[in-house]
Parts: sequence; structure tokens; C-alpha cells
Amino acid sequence: MDAIMLQEKLVERLLCPRVRTSRQKEKQYVGFATLPNQVHRKSVKKGFDFTLMVAGESGMGKSTLVNSLFLTDLYKDRKLLNAEERINQTVEIIKHTVDIEEKGVKLKLTIVDTPGFGDAVNNNECWKPITDYIDQQFEQYFRDESGLNRKNIQDNRVHCCLYFIPPFGHGLRPVDVEFMKALHEKVNVVPLIAKADCLTPSEIKKLKDRVRDEIERFGIKVYQFPECDSDEDEEFKQLDKELKECCPFAVIGSNTVVEARGQRVRGRLYPWGIVEVENQSHCDFVKLRNILIRSHMHDLKDVTCDMHYENYRAQCIQDMTSKLTQDNRMESPIPMLPLPTPDVETDRLIKMKDEELARMQEMLNKMQQQIHDGKDQ
Amino acid sequence: MAATDVDIFSNEEKRNLSLGGHVGFDSLPDQLVSKSVTQGFCFNILCVGETGIGKSTLMNTLFNTMFENEEASHYQNGVCMRPRTYDLQESNVHLKLTIVDTVGFGDQINKEESYKPIVDYIDTQFENYLQEELKIKRSLFNYHDGRVHICLYFIAPTGHSLKSLDLVTMKKLDSKVNIIPIIAKADTISKSELHKFKIKIMSELVSNGVQIYQFPTDDHAVTEINSSMNAHLPFAVVGSVEEVKVGNKTVRARQYPWGVVQVENESHCDFVKLREMLIRVNMEDLREQTHARHYELYRRCKLEEMGFTDTDPDCQPFSLQETYEAKRKEFMGDLQKKEEEMRQMFVNKVKETEAELKEKERELHNKFEQLKHMHQEEKRKVEEKRRDLEEEMNAFNRRKVAAETLSLAQPLKKDKDKKKSVKTENQSGVSLSKSKVMMAKASVEPLKCDSWWQAIQCCTCLVHNATWKQGLF
Repeated sequence: MDAIMLQEKLVERLLCPRVRTSRQKEKQYVGFATLPNQVHRKSVKKGFDFTLMVAGESGMGKSTLVNSLFLTDLYKDRKLLNAEERINQTVEIIKHTVDIEEKGVKLKLTIVDTPGFGDAVNNNECWKPITDYIDQQFEQYFRDESGLNRKNIQDNRVHCCLYFIPPFGHGLRPVDVEFMKALHEKVNVVPLIAKADCLTPSEIKKLKDRVRDEIERFGIKVYQFPECDSDEDEEFKQLDKELKECCPFAVIGSNTVVEARGQRVRGRLYPWGIVEVENQSHCDFVKLRNILIRSHMHDLKDVTCDMHYENYRAQCIQDMTSKLTQDNRMESPIPMLPLPTPDVETDRLIKMKDEELARMQEMLNKMQQQIHDGKDQ
Repeated sequence: MAATDVDIFSNEEKRNLSLGGHVGFDSLPDQLVSKSVTQGFCFNILCVGETGIGKSTLMNTLFNTMFENEEASHYQNGVCMRPRTYDLQESNVHLKLTIVDTVGFGDQINKEESYKPIVDYIDTQFENYLQEELKIKRSLFNYHDGRVHICLYFIAPTGHSLKSLDLVTMKKLDSKVNIIPIIAKADTISKSELHKFKIKIMSELVSNGVQIYQFPTDDHAVTEINSSMNAHLPFAVVGSVEEVKVGNKTVRARQYPWGVVQVENESHCDFVKLREMLIRVNMEDLREQTHARHYELYRRCKLEEMGFTDTDPDCQPFSLQETYEAKRKEFMGDLQKKEEEMRQMFVNKVKETEAELKEKERELHNKFEQLKHMHQEEKRKVEEKRRDLEEEMNAFNRRKVAAETLSLAQPLKKDKDKKKSVKTENQSGVSLSKSKVMMAKASVEPLKCDSWWQAIQCCTCLVHNATWKQGLF
């Protein structure tokens, strides 16, 4: 908003007839304060993309929440499996892509769905297809980035993973812990408490404390909201603090619109009352939406690029070079310079050789000295 | 309680008689009732469901008390059964209630073995009862019946369908116990969703052949209510022990920011229906079904396994005792055979060991003999050598003496030698011995006479005479 106002002021100054009194002011004003606005314009033109993954057992309300978040209906003709078909179900990865636009800003939204997670009777390693998918996307981006033609790189990397924790238990279950641990270094994990309308406010608080404790105890690195700048105003800071204390968010989703308090809102109709999805005292849906879309979407993308992807890339390169020195085959898929290997063995050998050289050098010097002395004498 | 309703009069002629007055056997049911009231009743409930789904809360709500229980953790390695027995009393009726909890159900990552502990527990209870029944001295009326009368299966309110684990478990349990499926935490499903959910669940159960408990419709008094309730399965329940003030009453409810869910409000949830069906109407039928159907099935399978049959190959009815006797004989025969075998083995082993020991003894003996022999040999050799050595010594001494005497008689040796040689030619060794004697004598001083007669006549005192020295005779 500030950038737009700034631009307008600038336009005034540049296009309006000059006034003597303002000439001095103009001399001090260079004009790169319009940069944010330029960035804004360019980005609007380019459009944004965002990949969101939703994971959790079936029946947790994932699809409903996604529909509520983006106010669309992504899952029109979905076919759900019966219980007997799910006994030995494997996890699939399904992508839905939509293009949505708001006030001129285009967003290419990709939702990665994981049907079948945790549904089978034996769920050993049921998160493997998911981690494989994420790694695949990283690899794809890695290849594209290292390629010759880099004009149209498609960024399919997963920027955020919403994990739905069932509210029926007393905290995290083993499958939850294992899943989050397998993913926390590959993607931003945001845990959510699903179907929160089965918990009273005190129960929600207890469950959140429990889940936070267990996340810390098991060493799961969920997505941390960045600290807000110190020069933001108090209200913002207060909001930010509340946000952080609310994690994990207890959410409710709804596909239906009901009439409540004279308004039409998204909600769930019960005989004993109406749950409003966007009512802050009913659930944390609004907070989640703000975090995910309104304030931290870009931060999620940045963390994915700067941390998770870079980790993957470094690991990949390391593996490749160590393999190269072992196999002596030039089979790398990307063109690369021979880098010094961080191999422990060769380091040691090098050190030994260095020491030997140093010793020999010393001896040589001594001998030379002796010869010299001999000559003098 | 009658296990089967056999028509006692089927084989005899039935004649209907009318009574002339009031006899009084219409008080039989009352007698039965008063007897059972004094005895007390026993009821066992098994609650199967995920951790945290609300099993304990529902029990508390159903029986209106606080059974003590701790929250279970999600990190159990397997499913374990936790039976707890409580004594309840209402009016003058005693109820011994056992609630069995499945701790850790649905928490593991690999749930393929989750149903086993439950099935094992039910079977164990049946087995105990069977053992008691087969005892010689039994006290069935005193026996604390632990057989599970009802299994409440808690389904998670996902709104879609049954979970795969639910289906697998219920299929394993339906032939062993009466199952009533319940939708737990039903305050998270709206009315329309609930309707669809119930239909989906029932269709899945039917299509997979899972037999859940149907409320009996053959008893006139309860036919209507039972059949209507059958249509409401599975019951969607909400449990709560907290009291909330609604209007001017205090009811058990759950307080939400958007409203209050009342547990006993029929339009909110099916809790009242469940209580009616489970406790107020059909408790006795559940017990009967457990005994008549599930237990009998178990018993039949078990006894058939053991080899009992009702009819032998000739289609004559076998009595249990005969079969039992036959089995027993067989068993004892087996035992004896085994004992014989073991004894044989023992004897063989002993023989073997004895033989071995004998062998060893013999060897040792041989060795001893050998050594003794050697020892004797050695001794003999040593003796021989000693003798040889002694002989040598003697010989050596003699030679030494001889050598010494020879060196004494050295100067006369020439003449003596001549004479001796003459003499020796004529005489035998006698003269030699004489000369030897003379020589012995003359060893003191050598004689110079050239005639032996003179030599003999002279004595040593003459030896020094010079005349003799010159030999002038």
C-alpha cells in the first residue's frame, strides 16, 4: 500500500509543473524508493505459484479444508474407497492444479493429495511414496537449474505440507511422529488439529499443549514462523505472538454455507448450534488462512528454496562426487567441475604426505646449510 | 438359566387340560426372579476402539459412576486387555460388572496382529468356563462367569466409512461375541452426514458378511421397540460426565462455544437408545445369546478338536463318558509307551557307559603291565651291567697285584728264567709254584745262588754271606 502511495506522489511531482520551492526537495530525492513498486508490478505480471501438500488419514477433513481455504471446489467427483479395499491400500500421490485470480494477481495453486496414507492395516513406511515424490521434485528442479536453457523452469517443489492430526486421541500417535520425522527436513511441515469441533475449548488447549510437548520431545522440526521486525507496530507484534502460541492450529472446514446471525457464512449446522468456520472463537481457521496465504506464503516458498532445497542439493552433489571418485566413471547427469572431495581417507593421506614433504624440506635446508658452512670454512 | 429351549413334551402326547381353580404355579417366574435377585447378576462388557475415542467416558456415562481409569498412552507396543470388575447396586439388584478395555488398539504402525489379543481373551474366558463345566466336582452357580456378553465396537467419526482395521477386527470377532457397533464422538458429525455414514457402515458390514448383534424380535413385549432400534444401528453416541446448566435443569452435556450437546437429548445423539437397548431391555438376552450361541459354538469346536463326536461310525449316539474313557485309555497307553521307551533308553545308555568304562579299565591294565615289564627289563639290564662292572673291577685288581709282584722279582728274573725254563721243560707247574714260593720268599732279598738245593738250604741269614753271592760252592 505504501508503495502505491509513494508512486502516486512521485507521479504528481514528475508530471505536475515544477514549483520553485520544491526544487531543493527534488535534488535530494533520487527515486529508488519506487523499487518495491516495480517489484510489485513485475511480480503481478509474472504471476505466482504455490504447491501445497495435504497429508493425513482419510476422513480428517483435508479436502473440506482445502475447499474452505481457497473458496473453491477442487474435489468435485472424488471416488472414495470402501473399507475392504483399503486393507492393503498403498499411498498414491494425486495433484490438482488450479489457476485462481484475485485483484489482478494470478496464482497457480497446486494441491498435492495423498490418499491412502495411514489407511491400510499395516502402515509400515507408508510415508515413503510421499518422501520419494518430494525428492523427485527437488531432483527435477536441480536438473532444470543446472541445464543450459533455464528460461522456463517450472517450480513443482512442495512449499508446504499440512499434516492433519486426529483430535480423537490424546496426542501424537506413532504414525504421526514417524511421518513428521521423515518429512521435517524436506518440506515445511505445518501440523493441524483436524475436525476441531469435537473438542471443547479446554480440551483443545490440553491437546495443543500435549502435541507441542511431544513435537519437542521427539525433535520434530515443524515450520517456525519468522520473527517479525522490531520496527513493526505493537498490534502486529501482539498478533504475531498470539499466532505462534496457537500452533498447532485447531481447524474446522466446511463445504456448505449456512445462515447464522443473519449472515450467510461457511459453517456446519448441528441441532445444538452452528459452527462458523471463520469465527475466531470457534476455531483457528482464520489464523491458518492468514498465515498460509496472506502473510507467510512467500516466506514458505523462501524457506523451501533456501533451506530444504539447498540441503537436498548439497547432499546430492556430495553423493555424486564421492561416487565419482569411487567409480571413476563420468556418469553425472549434469556438467560439473571436479571438486575436491571431502573424503576422510584422502585427507589423511594428503596430510601425511605434507608432513613428509615438510620434513624433507627441513633436511634439505640443513644439508644446504652444512655445505654452506663447509664452503665458508 | 436354560441353555436351550427344548420342548420337553415333544415326544409325549400333549393334552390340554383346564384347571378347576387357582393352583398357584403362575408364581414360578416370580420365584425365579427372587432367586436370581438374591444370587446377583453378572455382566461383562468388552470395549474395543482406538485410544482416546471415548470408551471410558462412555462407560462412566452409561452407568452413571466414575470408574477409576488412567489415560492410556499412544505408544504401546501391542494391544493389551485390561479387565476391571466392579460391584454395582441399584434398588435391591446386585450387578457384578466387568469392563474389559483394549489398551493400545489402533496405535501401532503395523496393525495386522491387533485383533489377536482380543480373540485370545475371549477364547480364554470360554475355555475357563468349559473347564469348570467338565470338572467332576463343579460349582457352576458359584462360578464367576467371565465370558464376554457384549462387545461395543467404537467407530471413529470420519464421516466416510469404516476403517480397514475396523472391518478386519469385526470379522474376527463376530462369531465369538455379540457386537454392537457404535459411532463415537458423534458431536462432530452433522445430521445429514450422519445418515449417510450410518448407511455406508451398515452396507459395508453386510457386504463383508459381518454378523452384528440384532435385537431380538421374537418376544412380544419388546418386538416393536427392538425392531425400530435395529434400524438405528450403529448408534451415534456422545459421552460426558460433566454437568451443564441448560434452561433450569442440570444435565450431562458438553459445552461448546456454539452450543451445548446434551447427552440424554434424543435429537442430539443416540445415547438414550443405546442405554435402553443395552441395559434396560436386552441385557438378559445378551447373556443368553452368549451362552447359547457363542459359547456352544466354541465348545463344539473345542471338543471336536479333541476328537469327541456325537455319533460314532455306526450312527449310534455316543455318550460323553464312553468317549472320554476311550480317550483316557488311549492317553494312558501313550504315556506307558513313552515311559517304556524312556526306560529302554536309560538302560541302553547305562550299558553303553559301562562298556566304555570297562574298555578303559582294560586299557589301563595293559598299560600297567607294559610298564612293569619295561621296568623289569631295565632292572635286569642294570644288574647285568653291574656284574660286568664288578668282574671288570676284580680282573683289574688281580692284574694290578700281578703287575706289582712281577715288578718286585725283576733282577732274578734272568736266571730264574733259565732254570725255570729248564725246569719247566721237565717239570710241571709244580716247580713253578715252588719257584714262586721261593720267589715269594726271596722277595725280601733276591738270592744269588745258582743251585736250587742250596737255595733251599740257605735261609735269609745266609743271603748276605758273600760266598754265596759269588757262588763258590
